Amino acid sequence: MIDKKTKFWGYRRENGRVGVRNHVIILPVDDLSNAAAEAVANNIKGAMAIPHPYGRLQFGADLDLHFRTLIGTGSNPNVAAVIVIGIEDQWTKKVVDGIAATGKPVIGFGIEGHGDHQTIMHASAAAKKYLQAASEIHRVECPISELWISTKCGESDTTSGCGANPTVGNAFDKLYALKTTLVFGETSEITGGEAILEARCRTPKVWKDFMFMFDRYQAMIERHKTSDLSDSQPTKGNIAGGLTTIEEKALGNIQKIGRKCKIDGVLDKAEMPTSSGLWFMDSSSAAAEMVTLCAAAGYVVHLFPTGQGNVIGNPILPVIKVCANPKTVRLMGEHVDVDTSGLLRREMTMDDAGDALLDCMMRTVNGRLTSAEALGHREFVMTRLYESA
Amino acid sequence: MIHFVVHEKEDGVGVVVVEGCKTGQKTTGWIMEPDSTVNVALKSDIPIGHKVALKDFKVGDTVIKYGVDIGKVVAPIKKGEHLHVHNVKTKRW
Repeated sequence: MIDKKTKFWGYRRENGRVGVRNHVIILPVDDLSNAAAEAVANNIKGAMAIPHPYGRLQFGADLDLHFRTLIGTGSNPNVAAVIVIGIEDQWTKKVVDGIAATGKPVIGFGIEGHGDHQTIMHASAAAKKYLQAASEIHRVECPISELWISTKCGESDTTSGCGANPTVGNAFDKLYALKTTLVFGETSEITGGEAILEARCRTPKVWKDFMFMFDRYQAMIERHKTSDLSDSQPTKGNIAGGLTTIEEKALGNIQKIGRKCKIDGVLDKAEMPTSSGLWFMDSSSAAAEMVTLCAAAGYVVHLFPTGQGNVIGNPILPVIKVCANPKTVRLMGEHVDVDTSGLLRREMTMDDAGDALLDCMMRTVNGRLTSAEALGHREFVMTRLYESA
Repeated sequence: MIHFVVHEKEDGVGVVVVEGCKTGQKTTGWIMEPDSTVNVALKSDIPIGHKVALKDFKVGDTVIKYGVDIGKVVAPIKKGEHLHVHNVKTKRW
């Protein structure tokens, strides 16, 4: 059980935020810099490259989101220090300056005019120093209220809605009472459950802000859909697992915010919250995109319920899998951190399930590796809003 | 033994939570709110995670789960049959 006196062992960063991991990352600004970033991570054992396919000729809101995601990832308190590598100096500097605002060690390298060899040599020397410095940072005791916890479900089925998702909801109700900072999202997966969310918004303004994001997302779907979204939302995996319509999927999704906590505010994609409480973040319902946005917004641990067995992880955010489907637990047990299948046999109460998840979360934030971390799942997927110029 | 779970008592469907449910099998469901049970004889094989109809539905009916509208019936469904994408569709998009 957790209460107001509960503490955890975290890494206190220069800006006061607390992380639960101590990564030194090599962050490419663009696709062209992945090779150099991966070479540096290969030279310096313990540093981690975070390759991705984007960052060239993006513009407007899509470029803003690109920078917000990169700067947010580097600024996340699970990261001790950052090496930024970009093809050009100017955008590289923009990412470095954004991360430097946290006060953490960060340095950038532009490849143009130097080539990969010189860049890899200099960046490797910097990464070695950062890694050795990070290895001397010790965990300190921190109050539970300093934890930022995100949630998003994946490969959902009907057992998600009656087992794994309400387990997260039970945990969220308990964490909310302890003044932690929480987030959920998946804008398209509220479709059919809007009235439930309206009743949970703390103020009419929060509801209005939510509806702005919701209508914006629905308009995008309307612009691009063919007949309906039944070929992708619910997904083929959802349908194989027994979910029939988006409304049914959405009502299961909403179980993750429990029964008591109120929605205190609304965030744009990868936007950082400004106070504790429960936030809704406009986001894709694709697992890796959403979790990447949570990490970029500053969340340090993630609760991920699954039905059919999503295997996702994230490079910097420990992702804890909770599953109530006995078949998935049996067939894919190596991916499951918390088994709450007892719920569906009436052998476990929702309160027991929530406590089991919180127990696993506390062990994880104190340093235990999640299944996704142990298995090397590091999905880093940036959300794009439209084509490059 | 529980074979399927029903979220709320006004729901028209239950979720099968054990593997290997077969046509003709007498099954018991747990209604979570309020805490009670219901019995249904299956008229289809229903895989784990899939839904069983708890009453007869005709085309155009609304299916209720979690006490909320989850879509419309597009082919008749008998109590005890498998209720899924072949007989129920979204009302959205």
